[in-house]
Amino acid sequence: MTEPTLYELSSPGRAGVTVPASDVPLTELPASLLRKELPLPELSEADVVRHFVNMSKYNYSVDGGFYPLGSCTMKYNPKINEDVARLPGFAFTHPLQPVETVQGNLALMYRLEEWLQELSGFDAVSLQPAAGAHGELTGVLIMRAYHKSRGDTKRVKMLIPDSAHGTNPASSAMTGLTVVQIPSDPHGNVDLDALIATCDETVVGLMLTNPNTLGLFDEHVEAVIKAVHECGGLVYGDGANLNALLGILRPADVGFDLMHFNLHKTFSTPHGGGGPGSGPVGVKAHLADFLPAPLVGIIEKGDKENAPLYGFITPSKSIGRMKAFHGHFGMMVRAFTYIAMHGADGLRQIAEYAVLNANYLRVRLEGTYHIPYDRLCMHEFVAEGQWAEAPGIRALDVAKRLMDYDFHPPTNYFPLIVHEALMIEPTETENKTTLDAFAEALIKIAEEARTEPNLLKEAPHKTPFGRMDEVKAARELVLCCWIPEELEKFD
Amino acid sequence: MQPGGIEPVLVHDPEMGMTYIPHSPKERDEMLATVGVKKLEDLFTGVPAKLRFPKLDLPPALSEMEAAAELSEISLGNENIRTELVSFLGAGAYNHYIPAAVGHILQRGEYYTAYTPYQPEISQGTLQAIFEYQSLIAALTGMEVSNASHYDGATAVAEAVNMADAQWRGKRKKVILSPALQPQYRQTLRTYLQYSDMELVGDDPHADLNASTDQMEYLIDEMTALVIVQYPDFFGRVYDFSHLIEMAHGKGALVCVVANPTALGLLKTPGEMGADMVVGEAQPLGIPLSFGGPYLGYFATRKQFLHKMAGRLVGETVDNRGQRAYVLTLTAREQHIKRERATSNICTNQGLLTLAASVYLSLLGKKGFRQVAELCYQKAHYTASQISKIKGYSLCFDTPFFHEFSVCCPRPVAAINAHLIEHGFIGGYDLGQDYPSLKDHMLLAVTEMNTKDEIDALVEVLSEVPHD
Repeated sequence: MTEPTLYELSSPGRAGVTVPASDVPLTELPASLLRKELPLPELSEADVVRHFVNMSKYNYSVDGGFYPLGSCTMKYNPKINEDVARLPGFAFTHPLQPVETVQGNLALMYRLEEWLQELSGFDAVSLQPAAGAHGELTGVLIMRAYHKSRGDTKRVKMLIPDSAHGTNPASSAMTGLTVVQIPSDPHGNVDLDALIATCDETVVGLMLTNPNTLGLFDEHVEAVIKAVHECGGLVYGDGANLNALLGILRPADVGFDLMHFNLHKTFSTPHGGGGPGSGPVGVKAHLADFLPAPLVGIIEKGDKENAPLYGFITPSKSIGRMKAFHGHFGMMVRAFTYIAMHGADGLRQIAEYAVLNANYLRVRLEGTYHIPYDRLCMHEFVAEGQWAEAPGIRALDVAKRLMDYDFHPPTNYFPLIVHEALMIEPTETENKTTLDAFAEALIKIAEEARTEPNLLKEAPHKTPFGRMDEVKAARELVLCCWIPEELEKFD
Repeated sequence: MQPGGIEPVLVHDPEMGMTYIPHSPKERDEMLATVGVKKLEDLFTGVPAKLRFPKLDLPPALSEMEAAAELSEISLGNENIRTELVSFLGAGAYNHYIPAAVGHILQRGEYYTAYTPYQPEISQGTLQAIFEYQSLIAALTGMEVSNASHYDGATAVAEAVNMADAQWRGKRKKVILSPALQPQYRQTLRTYLQYSDMELVGDDPHADLNASTDQMEYLIDEMTALVIVQYPDFFGRVYDFSHLIEMAHGKGALVCVVANPTALGLLKTPGEMGADMVVGEAQPLGIPLSFGGPYLGYFATRKQFLHKMAGRLVGETVDNRGQRAYVLTLTAREQHIKRERATSNICTNQGLLTLAASVYLSLLGKKGFRQVAELCYQKAHYTASQISKIKGYSLCFDTPFFHEFSVCCPRPVAAINAHLIEHGFIGGYDLGQDYPSLKDHMLLAVTEMNTKDEIDALVEVLSEVPHD
């Protein structure tokens, strides 16, 4: 089944695209500055297309089937998004063009900022961060800048619940903060007593994912936020799970000071095999001056006859620039289209049906799988992939066996606070037929775990590739294709 | 409705599902019954009642047809540089031709609707594509390994500093920046490092920008962790950094070269010069300008630094059937395992855009990519020579350049660009914005997309700019 690499397919003298001849008089090349060889492959267009199409067949995708990867919100990605993002008026604009020539782009960004503010309750939004973790880093820098601007320099600790995504502690550590882990209580909430005991004048803030990674809405969220505010800290919302809250609760209303959005989770921009994402950050008014620069703003007010003139503005105490240019504009076009096609009622339905689908699966599986925090969940839930009657079977085996039933496995081994976790997030775009088939496959696998455990241990059987030798990969570290010798020569 | 009449369908039909939510009311009710609640609202009793179900002030939902029309209308509010304006603007984002097959491969749902390849048995397409991307980047830069990408060129440079910091473990704290590193990259670095004890020096905007790399050499000492230079530099100049790198290595310092990938189709590789890291913006490799993003930060280094490098990495292995296959490897460096002790917080990267770069480089290949680089070089040199013949204009530097060059102008750049736009041209970047000593200096970029007719027309309009 193995597809040869680009270099193995290469054959001297082939080209995949013709480059035009020069229409200008030629200048001599600077001989001493030229490279000696250019070892790129030589392939025809058909070679290249077949190679990448053949490889694509080895991928599982949302377009191909159910992808209930917890915390990733693998919803269907509408095709219209792809078409509009590629319109020439968007795709062929340079980021440094005069603002007068890109009023369409700027108006779209301005309206998207307004819409994200409206649905989250925050007072200002920056669209610059490139992904969720980049939004977190932006947020941590804003929190630090806020304390610093008040002369409050003692604050060096970031509080992070043990159920948090790994990016939260990593983002805090990148700015030199000490991470203090807060345990969960027996109901899957933040342990309020442990939190209060940690809150003091050295706390920068708390990074909280709500609903948390168990898919549970924290029952004491208001008390948690109050405790942090009382010690002078700020509360950052990890917006990874915002899909459960659209039209249900505005995070700013419950007391969050700032939050990132994941346009690639909640607002249907595709995951792209690992990116690009887009991680805008929303803040309340007291943090608006610290947002990364530049923001889109109105630089000349409009009137009845004339549209306003949009341009870039720099907040007065900005933390600075988080990347070159203005953020992942192509993702913004997709998210804008998605919100425009839903409106207020449609957004609320997204959350309602995402939560309905998760609860439906949870109820169908309870009894077969142990669900450690078994109460009404939000958009996802966590089950255990182990049974006393099936010793030796782990969540990994359940996950791999699911592939034989043509489903993508749930997230496994996360969150870390559940043993043998299977974290299941169906999203609102899946129909009841699919959910029933998935539940039945999982129930069948639980039975196989007891009766034919090797079916699980050796799974997957029906996929083009079997389990991998990960030790060999890490030991030998072959990280590049073998390059044929004739390609080294520069003729 | 008349008896026997047919119900019109042009009203909302409550028995139909919604666009992207497939449930019929009947299915919804069955599912609610299974869950044990009466209505959808009852699923949210855990949310504070007084805050539940806020009224959102958003425009009414559009159908797909209306959305397509609305977005088309918004896009027409821009003037694009394919059919409306002719652009000579670069400064970190470049207008190149993207072969048709690139877009077709990228629009395969198997690639763009997949997640990060954490389940290798069903992600070999993505994994092999990243493995090939790593190989192509290594080949292009002359380095041993590449990771699976960063957000963009600016953040890739920031991660180079983090890697140097991890390598020195606090023993060396000085980072020397070339003043000719893209200004937004330098701004991004300062944002990332504002709470770090790494000290950024050397990029004083008032510095003598003619002094080239010699000026940097005397800053390098035993406390220098990293030296960062750009190739070609922000002003378009091409220097052979071999001597600088040798000098830096002599003091034990690491060197990161921020390189334009198109230039590497023609020019000596930073690897050959001895660089420790080669990073940059790979947007020129088949990625549309798209108003600044998403782009593709690349990061290549030597094997000895692998364990300190940020980002994902794909390695070759075999599966339990003996087939050659690929997996994410050395993941113990990453945040989902190491949390606060990870080499970086990066999680989502630019996966799909690595595919664009791979398809682009495969299509152009060994000869075609060199031809594109040569076309850029030739057209830029023709443009520079024609502009320098206009009264009042001259080239600012006599250093060799690739496809971008700095021009000293007789009037403020803003005034010249205002005149150019009236004639349908986007002129160059105003260097005076970032460098006080380069007031009235314009940075122009020329690629294979600019025809001789366009260049001649630009020169003509520049000659007409009124001198006041």
